[in-house]
Amino acid sequence: MEQFTQEFFNLDVMAKVAPFLLQGLLQTLLLCSFLIPIGLVSGILVMLLTTSPYRLLRWPAIAAVDFFRAFPPLVLLVFVYAGLPFIGLRVPALVAVAVAFLINSASYYGEIYRAGMVSVPKGQREAARSTGLSATQTLLYVTLPQAIRNVLPDLLSNTVELVKLTTLASVISVPELLHSANLARSLTYNSSPLILAAIIYLLLLLPVVRLIARLEHRL
Amino acid sequence: MTAADAMSNWDRFVFTFFNADIAMKYGWEILQGAGVTILAGLAVVITGIGAGFGLAALRAIGWKPVNFLIIVFVDIFRSLPPLAIILVLFFGFPNIGIVLPSLIVLWMSLGAVLAAFAEEIFWAGITSVPKGQWLAARSTGLTFAQTLRYVILPQAVRLGIPPLTNRAISITKNLALGSAIGVNEILGRANSALSMSANATPLTMGALLYVLVFIPLVIASRTLERNYRWGEH
Repeated sequence: MEQFTQEFFNLDVMAKVAPFLLQGLLQTLLLCSFLIPIGLVSGILVMLLTTSPYRLLRWPAIAAVDFFRAFPPLVLLVFVYAGLPFIGLRVPALVAVAVAFLINSASYYGEIYRAGMVSVPKGQREAARSTGLSATQTLLYVTLPQAIRNVLPDLLSNTVELVKLTTLASVISVPELLHSANLARSLTYNSSPLILAAIIYLLLLLPVVRLIARLEHRL
Repeated sequence: MTAADAMSNWDRFVFTFFNADIAMKYGWEILQGAGVTILAGLAVVITGIGAGFGLAALRAIGWKPVNFLIIVFVDIFRSLPPLAIILVLFFGFPNIGIVLPSLIVLWMSLGAVLAAFAEEIFWAGITSVPKGQWLAARSTGLTFAQTLRYVILPQAVRLGIPPLTNRAISITKNLALGSAIGVNEILGRANSALSMSANATPLTMGALLYVLVFIPLVIASRTLERNYRWGEH
């Protein structure tokens, strides 16, 4: 037990590495601050394509979404980061993370919005159009708000997944929270930094996970 | 840009990402990685969903201390990034005398994450069965266990199939994280072939293999969703 506490809950080590981990946390938050909003918006664009009445738009979009849902995000990240330099496109690690995870999350958000749009009864759109609203107005004021309300738990839970996804950036040495923690672990020969990082992730995400559980059971 | 330049760029692209010689040389090696990925994936799915099912059934008994522990487990493993769990098991546990092979670490970590999500999905299914069904089943003389087994769980499982499929796919895709701790799955082998050959073709092959393994599942989940669609008015 003593050994266990020393290895995983060593307060001295935790105190020593805390400022370093905080820097990592800032990097994680920075990643999230552009991945989440851009993901949420590009998901709507993907949904507009996959629900388009024109087959020439719809089918390639559905195929692309399925392709990227089958593509593990880490493989995509390594492909962008390690593959593209071979043809002279050397991208900074942060850009590789942005590109890979936006492609991934736009596909997932897009599918969630699509499920939401499908759940809005057809009559809503028809009624809105017949009162003279344009197609854009109908989308913005009538169908999309209802769609979002219907899939709110799924949107939230995908956002949690996106935050967890940022840890993969550590594989290509982006100094986000998990990377800092793992570096601190190898420098201190002690796993408490990893546990501290886990605690930070729990503090960030557990409230959202609880909220999702409540929303889901209310539905 | 002249036509000749464009041609040479195209050639360079093909040479880099779709090089037949490199593909022949490392193909078998990477294909073996697919075997590891598929077997590990099956292990994760079977144990994860099995454990999640068991936990949900246990939670239905309604024994408060047990339920509290289940909820704590589920919430923690739904919130933690899988890579963080993998690193703790792989780097931390040896220091307290528990050395686990990397493949076992990968299986345990992803299995636990899937178990947490599966429990939540089955539990949502169980709570969505109207209370009257419990009462009716019990009043016909079925025991608690029989009610759970023959009345409640079949409905909960049916409701849970589409979200469970999606979740199982997204969690098993994390098998690629095994490459970070030296598991010989597709990405790990592709990565080492990449550095040995100084060519991106192994990475293309690895990516295509992953897509090949998962695309049937993604398409199946689309079909399932259509058949079990919720919120139809």
